[in-house]
Amino acid sequence: MLSKSQARFFFLGGTIVSFLIFLGLSWKSLSDDVPRQTNAQNLTPEVVRGKHLWESNNCMGCHTIFGEGAYYAPELTKVMERRGEAYVKLALTSKTPWSPRGRKMVAYGFSDAEAADLIAFLTWCGNVDLNGFPAKPKYQQLSTNQ
Amino acid sequence: MKYKSQQVAYWFFALSMLLLALQIIYGFIMGFAHMGYDGLHNFIPFNTARAVHTNLLVVWLLSGFMGAAYYIIPEEAEQELVSVKLAYVQLVSLAVVGVVAIVGYHFNYWEGRKFLEIPRPLDYLVVVNVLLFLGLILATLFKGKKRTTTSLVLSMGLLFAALLYLPGMIWFDNQTMDSFFRWWVVHLWVEGVWELIMGGILAFLLIKITGVDREVIEKWLYVIVGLTFISGILGTGHHYYYIGTPRIWLMIGGVFSALEPLAFLGMALFAVAMYRKGEKKHPNKVALNWTLGTAIMSFVGAGLLGVAHTIPQVNLYTHGTLVTAMHGHLAFWGAYAMINLAIISYTLPNLTGRKLYDTGNGALAFWLSNIGMLGMTVAFGVAGVAQVYMERIMGVEFGIVQQEIQVHFAILIACATMFTAGICIYMYEFVKYGRPSEEAMLNS
Ligand code: HEM
Ligand code: HEM
Ligand SMILES: [Fe+2]
Repeated sequence: MLSKSQARFFFLGGTIVSFLIFLGLSWKSLSDDVPRQTNAQNLTPEVVRGKHLWESNNCMGCHTIFGEGAYYAPELTKVMERRGEAYVKLALTSKTPWSPRGRKMVAYGFSDAEAADLIAFLTWCGNVDLNGFPAKPKYQQLSTNQ
Repeated sequence: MKYKSQQVAYWFFALSMLLLALQIIYGFIMGFAHMGYDGLHNFIPFNTARAVHTNLLVVWLLSGFMGAAYYIIPEEAEQELVSVKLAYVQLVSLAVVGVVAIVGYHFNYWEGRKFLEIPRPLDYLVVVNVLLFLGLILATLFKGKKRTTTSLVLSMGLLFAALLYLPGMIWFDNQTMDSFFRWWVVHLWVEGVWELIMGGILAFLLIKITGVDREVIEKWLYVIVGLTFISGILGTGHHYYYIGTPRIWLMIGGVFSALEPLAFLGMALFAVAMYRKGEKKHPNKVALNWTLGTAIMSFVGAGLLGVAHTIPQVNLYTHGTLVTAMHGHLAFWGAYAMINLAIISYTLPNLTGRKLYDTGNGALAFWLSNIGMLGMTVAFGVAGVAQVYMERIMGVEFGIVQQEIQVHFAILIACATMFTAGICIYMYEFVKYGRPSEEAMLNS
């Protein structure tokens, strides 16, 4: 039977090997693939300001982006493609809670400049190569309401 | 209780109870909002309620782990804590940082990064607080007569948890990079180092409750935490499928995260086997319930419900839906909430000297909260699966789907009420134990 020192060796050895492989893969991903898949060259000052606004208002506390966040409000990765700039700007600058289906968004009342930054951020997000997420629905015909 | 300084643990547990109560209130606010009753929107919008709910969860679990360490380390090392006064300073500062963060969330003061909403300036205070905690624990451990495997695994878990908090504090312009390192905190905590903490506490409880030989228990502890890291570290890849990271993670994450349930299965089998094997049956039935309960429920919530959506082809459709919330609830409950309630149930009689070992209330609290939580899991699951089919497969618009699934949140709230009844009874018992006392020490 397995002895305690063999068990300890299994733990330490397994941990160290796994961690080294993980670091190697992370290094490769972050140095080669991520800049390419995310179009890092397009991270303009507007996009970065947009990300600051995204975080300082905790948009992720209701929405998801890249499928991460909360489940109260729509996934926003492809929102620019889905709704277009005019619609998104209206939602962001509205002084009363935006609520197309009864569920309310916080009435941020962003300025035009802030809205432009957030739109730049969302546009950048929409162009990231997410390995196929979000998947196209199999039966599109029911999708209505622009 | 053998050492006077172990009493500190009581106050960490008390803080846990208080924060748990608040966490539940904010859960109800969100449950009602999902049902369409959002009357509090102007004062506590959903994102505030959510940040408060999840951050309180993390803080009460950490406070419980710290309490557990302050109880276990002196006993295992056979050494009083090096400084009780500093432990109280650490407790108070933890509570203050927590409260400031939670209040800030009501005034749009946060960093909207899921689970890591605490703003950077407060992060530094968290770091100082945790350093103080680790200093006290490690100094006690190294001054002590014994360094048992149980105490080493527990301390290692706590130390790594602190180190892994740091990558989450770096600013990135790139959302993908931000997310990449956010998972070093979130995933490597719950599917890595926190399992060491859980394993350490579980081993301590099993040694005390079943009376099985320490050598046997600690050997299996190494095997379990070995399985945890071998599967869980590369299993981080299951969060790197669809965030702008390369495709290699689909394979790596898929294979290794599918192995993660082994560690939880190991814990369940280990706890049940040790219980069967042990001839000495400790009279603390309440603690026994929670100890076996956590080993089994963590396998169900984290292991089974985790693996259910960890395969890339499935995750493509379930990613970021209420299916995730289903798994999040039972996993956190089964693994980390229950291990905390287990160690609290075990230590309270020893700390206070009142031996409420086998009370009807204790059993009622256990069953109501567990059945309630299972019901909530089913409600989230049904809502989530319906959402996936309607929105992701049929292409029905988000808002329409949300209206269709509102009814499941009525069920959620009914089950949450049952769950809350269980927790209220648990807290009532907690209060009934009274405060830690000197006699408790003499009696044991
Ligand atoms: C006690 C251990 C665990 C806890 C507390 C836990 C908790 C959570 C939470 C809270 C999330 C949501 C995270 C977020 O979106 O920010 C999550 C996501 C996830 N968990 Fe776990 N989990 C545990 C173990 C596991 C295990 C063992 C597996 C796999 C076998 C697993 C598979 C997943 C997957 C695939 C996701 C991503 C869901 C998505 O794409 O939206 N989890 N987990
Ligand atoms: C009265 C009880 C509770 C209710 C009604 C409740 C309700 C909710 C709701 C509605 C959400 C938000 C889902 C969304 O983003 O739309 C949530 C999130 C969450 N809750 Fe609870 N909750 C309760 C208790 C608990 C407990 C006891 C735990 C832990 C043991 C817990 C852990 C979580 C976690 C980890 C999340 C984030 C999930 C994710 O992002 O996937 N909750 N809860
Ligand atoms: Fe994970």
